[in-house]
Amino acid sequence: MINIIIYTVVTLSVLGLLLALVLFLIARKFKVEEDPRIDQIEAIMPGANCGGCGFAGCRAFSENVVKATSLDGFFCPVGGNEVMKKVAATMGYAVEENVPKIAVVRCNGTCEARPKTSVYDGISSCKVIKTLYQGDTGCKYGCFGQGDCVEACVFNALKMNTETGLPEVNEDNCVACGACVKACPQGIIELRNKGMKNRRVYVACMNQDKGGVARKACANACIGCKKCEQVCPFDAIKVENFLSYIDYDKCRLCRKCVDVCPTGAILTDNFPLKKKLEINHAEVNPIGVNHAEVKSIAIKQESKKMEA
Amino acid sequence: MKTFRMGGVHPHDDKISKNATIEIFPPLDKAYISMSQHIGAPAKPIVKVGDYVKVGQLIGEKAGFISANIHSSVSGTVTAIKPYADLAGKMVNTIFIDVEGDEWEEKIDRSPELAKEIRFNKEEIIKRIEECGIVGMGGASFPTNVKLSPPPGKIAEFLIINGVECEPYLTSDYRMMMEYPDEILVGASILMKALDVKKGFIAIEENKREAIELLKSKQEDYPGIKIVPLKKKYPQGGEKQLIDAVVGRQVPSKGLPIDAGAVVQNCATAFAVYEAVQKHKPLFEGVITITGLHAPAQKNYKLRVGTPLEKVAEYAGGIPDSVAKLISGGPMMGKAIFNMSAASVKSSSSILMFTKEETIRKEESNCIRCGKCIEACPMGLEPYMLYKLAKTKDYDQLEKDLVYDCIECGCCLYTCPANIPLLDLIRVAKSDVMGIIKSRPKK
Amino acid sequence: MKNFIISQAPHIHSDNTTRKLMRDVIIALLPAALVSVYFMGFPVLYMILISIGSAVLFEYLIKKFVMKTKPTVNDLSAVVTGLLLGLNLPPATPLWVVIIGSFVAIAIAKMTFGGLGQNIWNPALVGRVFLLISFPVFLTNWSYDIPSWISSVDAFSGATPLGLIKEGLAGGSSVQDLIAANPQLSNSQMFLAKSGGSAGEVSAIALILGFIYLLIRKVIKPHITLSILVTVFVFSGIFWLSDPTQYMDPIFNLLSGGLLLGSIFMATDYVTSPMNPKAQIVYGVGIGVLTVLIRLFGSYPEGVSFAILIMNSIVPLLNKYMKPKRFGRVK
Repeated sequence: MINIIIYTVVTLSVLGLLLALVLFLIARKFKVEEDPRIDQIEAIMPGANCGGCGFAGCRAFSENVVKATSLDGFFCPVGGNEVMKKVAATMGYAVEENVPKIAVVRCNGTCEARPKTSVYDGISSCKVIKTLYQGDTGCKYGCFGQGDCVEACVFNALKMNTETGLPEVNEDNCVACGACVKACPQGIIELRNKGMKNRRVYVACMNQDKGGVARKACANACIGCKKCEQVCPFDAIKVENFLSYIDYDKCRLCRKCVDVCPTGAILTDNFPLKKKLEINHAEVNPIGVNHAEVKSIAIKQESKKMEA
Repeated sequence: MKTFRMGGVHPHDDKISKNATIEIFPPLDKAYISMSQHIGAPAKPIVKVGDYVKVGQLIGEKAGFISANIHSSVSGTVTAIKPYADLAGKMVNTIFIDVEGDEWEEKIDRSPELAKEIRFNKEEIIKRIEECGIVGMGGASFPTNVKLSPPPGKIAEFLIINGVECEPYLTSDYRMMMEYPDEILVGASILMKALDVKKGFIAIEENKREAIELLKSKQEDYPGIKIVPLKKKYPQGGEKQLIDAVVGRQVPSKGLPIDAGAVVQNCATAFAVYEAVQKHKPLFEGVITITGLHAPAQKNYKLRVGTPLEKVAEYAGGIPDSVAKLISGGPMMGKAIFNMSAASVKSSSSILMFTKEETIRKEESNCIRCGKCIEACPMGLEPYMLYKLAKTKDYDQLEKDLVYDCIECGCCLYTCPANIPLLDLIRVAKSDVMGIIKSRPKK
Repeated sequence: MKNFIISQAPHIHSDNTTRKLMRDVIIALLPAALVSVYFMGFPVLYMILISIGSAVLFEYLIKKFVMKTKPTVNDLSAVVTGLLLGLNLPPATPLWVVIIGSFVAIAIAKMTFGGLGQNIWNPALVGRVFLLISFPVFLTNWSYDIPSWISSVDAFSGATPLGLIKEGLAGGSSVQDLIAANPQLSNSQMFLAKSGGSAGEVSAIALILGFIYLLIRKVIKPHITLSILVTVFVFSGIFWLSDPTQYMDPIFNLLSGGLLLGSIFMATDYVTSPMNPKAQIVYGVGIGVLTVLIRLFGSYPEGVSFAILIMNSIVPLLNKYMKPKRFGRVK
C-alpha cells in the first residue's frame, strides 16, 4: 500500500519537474526581446485601456512612446499630468502640463423647454435617428436623448436624466477621454477646460437656425442676438450662424454674458447660488413667464449641477 | 408558377384600393418642384425668379453623369428658388412657382391616340429619355438613360418590366396596367429597342389576375414580349429576386442586374418612356395611391410633381384622428412622413395611413435563435448574426458575412418573433462597412 | 399639427411572437401528455403539473429577485421546459425529485447563462440527466400502480423495452427469445402505447401527431427530426443485418426509448439547435449515431438524452462553419 503512494508521489513530482523544465526552456528560447522601458512605462499607466490617448490600450501607448523621440502629441487623459510627468522621467524627455479638461453637454433642450413634434418608435440609438430624420423635436441640432454617449463611456461618467431627457456628466468620473464626443452624432459634447475651482461657463445650444425658428423649437435656444458678444470684456465670445460660442481659453468666468442672455442659453457649472441671477433672468425674458416658475427652474438647474 | 428561390415572407396584401380608377388631381395654385428627385447630383436650376414657365419646360438641368433633368409640371411664374424641407425634414433646393392657367409646351403631343410605331433608333431613344428626365418610377429614381447604357463589356440579354408591386396596399402600378396596357407594352418595346434585346418579360404577381389577363390578351401584337405571372411573395419586386424568378439567374454578390444580362424597369417607367419617346412629354406626373384601412377613401390620383402632400391628403378626405403614421411608399420599405407640407416628387407612389395599433413596434425580447430570420432572408444572409456583429461593431466579420448584400427589404424584422429591431441596426452597419470599403485605396 | 409616429421601415410586423411559438409546442405535446395520463393514471398528471408549476415559479423568482429584471414567464418557455421534463421522467418519480429537476433545468441550465436564448444545453434534458445521475434508483424505477380502468394488464410493470433488451442480452438470451417472452416488445404494441417507459415515451402515434402539427404551423422544419430518425434507422439497421440475434430491428429502435420524443421535441428546441439547414442535418446525423452507439455499446440502455446534450455542445461550431447558401455566390 505504502509503495503505491511512494510511486505515485515520485512519478508525479518527476513529471512536474520535467514539464517545468520544458516550459522554462521554451520561454527562454522564444522570448521576444523588448525594450525594458515599455514594461516600465506600462506599469506607470493607469491600465484603463480606454483609448483616450488615441492608441489601442496602455501597452500600445507605451510601445509608441518608447519609439518616439519626444512626448509631443502623447497625453493620457486618465492619468493626467501626474502620469505624464512620471513617463517623462522614465524616458528622460520634457513634458508640458496639459490643462485638465472635462466633457460638457452643450444642449439644454429639456423635455419642458423643447416640445416634441413627432413620436420616434424604434431602436434606441442616436446614430440611427440621425440617419432617419431630424429627431423628434423642432430643433434638428439638439440632443436626441437615446444615450449613445452614455453607452460609449467606460468610466461611468455619463447618465441620462429621464426627466430632462439630456445626459449629465459626473465630474468626478470624467477623464476627458473623448469617447462620448466621438459617439455623439450631433457633435453636442465638447471637451472644455475644467476651469478654475472646477467652474465653467458655456453656451448650451447648438442651434444654427434663425432666432425666431430656434426659439419656437426650444425655449432655451440661442437666438443669436449677440448681447453676450457685446458685453464680454475678454473678447471670448463669437456669434456665428445665429449661434454663440464661448472660447474656454479666453473666458474668465465673470458671468456678465449669463446675466444678459434673454433665453438663458448660457449655463454655468459649480458656481455658488446667486439670488440676483434668477431675478435678472425673469426681468429680461421677453415671453413674460411666471417669475416664480423661472426662478425655481433656475434654482433646480443650479442645484442639480452642484450635486452631479 | 415561378418565384425566387430563397427566403421571402407573406404579408397580407391588402390591395383595398385596387378598384380605385385613376383620377386627375385638380389644378394647383402653388407648386414646389424639388431639384433632388433622383439618385445622384441635384439638378441645377436654369430659370430665374420672375421667369414665366410652361408645363413641360426644362427648369433644372442634370448636373453630372448620374443626374436627371427636371421639368415644370405647371405653368406660371417662378417666385423663389431656395431650400425647402422634404418629407424627412431635409432641406433640398426647390423652385417655387405660382400657377397661372395650364399652358403646355407646344412640342408635347397631347393627343390620346396610341402611337405604336417606333420611329427612332437606339441612340435617339436613349437621348430622348435623357432629355425628358425619365427616372425609375419604382421608388429608387435611378436615371433611366444610365441604366440603358450598360458599361462596356456588359451586354443586356433581357428586359424585365416590373409589374409585380409586391408591397401591401400599393395599387398605382396595377391601375396603370389596367388603364394603359397598350402604352406600357409600347414602352416595353421601346426599351427593348434601346437595349437591343429580343426578349422582354412583363412580370406580374398572381394577385393581379385581371391585369395578367388583359396584358396576355394583347401580347401577340408586341413581338418578343411575354407576360410572366409570378407567385405572390414579398420581396418578389426586388430586382435581384425578379431576375431569379423570371430567367432563373442570380445576380452575383456585389454585382448589378446587368451582370446577369438583365435590365429591370418598373411598368410606370415604361409608361413614362412611351410618353417621352412617342409624345415628347417629359416626366412631371405620376400616379399616387391614397390608402390604408382607416383612410377616409381609397384613391389613385394622377399627380403633378410639386404638389404639397397635405393638399393631396386633404383632397382625398383628410387625415382622420385615429391615423398616427403616414408612409410614403409601401409599409415594408417606405419612409415615414415627418413633414406633410413637403411636395410630391416623380417617384411619390403613395400616402399610406396607419393607426397606432397597426404599426407600433412591440416590446423587444431575447433572441430565441429560432432561425426564422434566416429562412426569411431573400439574400441568404444571417440577420441574427449581422445584428450581433453590428452591436459590437465588428466590421471585419460583418464584411466577411456579406452585410453589403443586404437589400434592406425588411423580411427579417417583419418575421422575428422576439420583435428585435434587426434591420435598423444592420442598415447602419451596412452603410458603415460600405464606407470603409469605398475608402480603401484601390489596388 | 399632430405628432406623427416616425420609425424606420418596415412599418408592419407579422403576428409571430415567442409566446405563440411556445404555445404551439405545448399544443403539440398535449396528445402525448393526455395519452400518458390515460394509460398511467393521475400520478403522471400531478407530476407534469408540479414540473410546470415549479419551473414557472423558479423562473419568475430568479428573474425578479436575482436578475432584477422584468419577469418574462409570459413567453411560456418555462412552461415548455417544465412539460418536457415532466414527460421525460418515469411515472412514479417522487414529486420532490421532480422539483429538484425543475430547479436544475431552469435555474442552472437556463438562467445562469442569461435566460431565454442564451443557454447552450437543452434545459429539460440537463434536468433529466442530472436526476438520472443523482437519483438513479428513482429514475430507473418504471413500475407504478396501474389505474383501475386499464384491464389489459401486465404490460405495464417492470422495465422499459430497452431496459429489458439490454439486461436480457447481457444475460445471454437472444433477441428472438426475449420477444417471445415479452409481448410488449413487439413493434405494434409500442406504436400504440402499450409498453412501459417514461410518461412521454408511451405513444408513438401521439408524438407523431404532434410532429405533424408543428410542421403545419411552421414552428419547426423537418430537417433535424428526419435526419435523426433516418440515421438511427440506417445505423441500427446495419448492426441488425450483421447479426439479427444480438441486435433489435431498426423499427424497434425508432419506436423505443425517448427517441421520438427527443427527436421531435428536444432536439428541435430553437435555442440549442443549429439555425442553418446544412448544420441541422449534420446535427441530426450526429445525434443518431451517438444514440445508437450508446444504446448498443454504452452502459445505459437509453442514449438519446446524452446524444442530444453532446451535440448541443458543438452547435456554435456548426453555426459558424456551415453557413446558409448565399444569393449570387457561385460554388
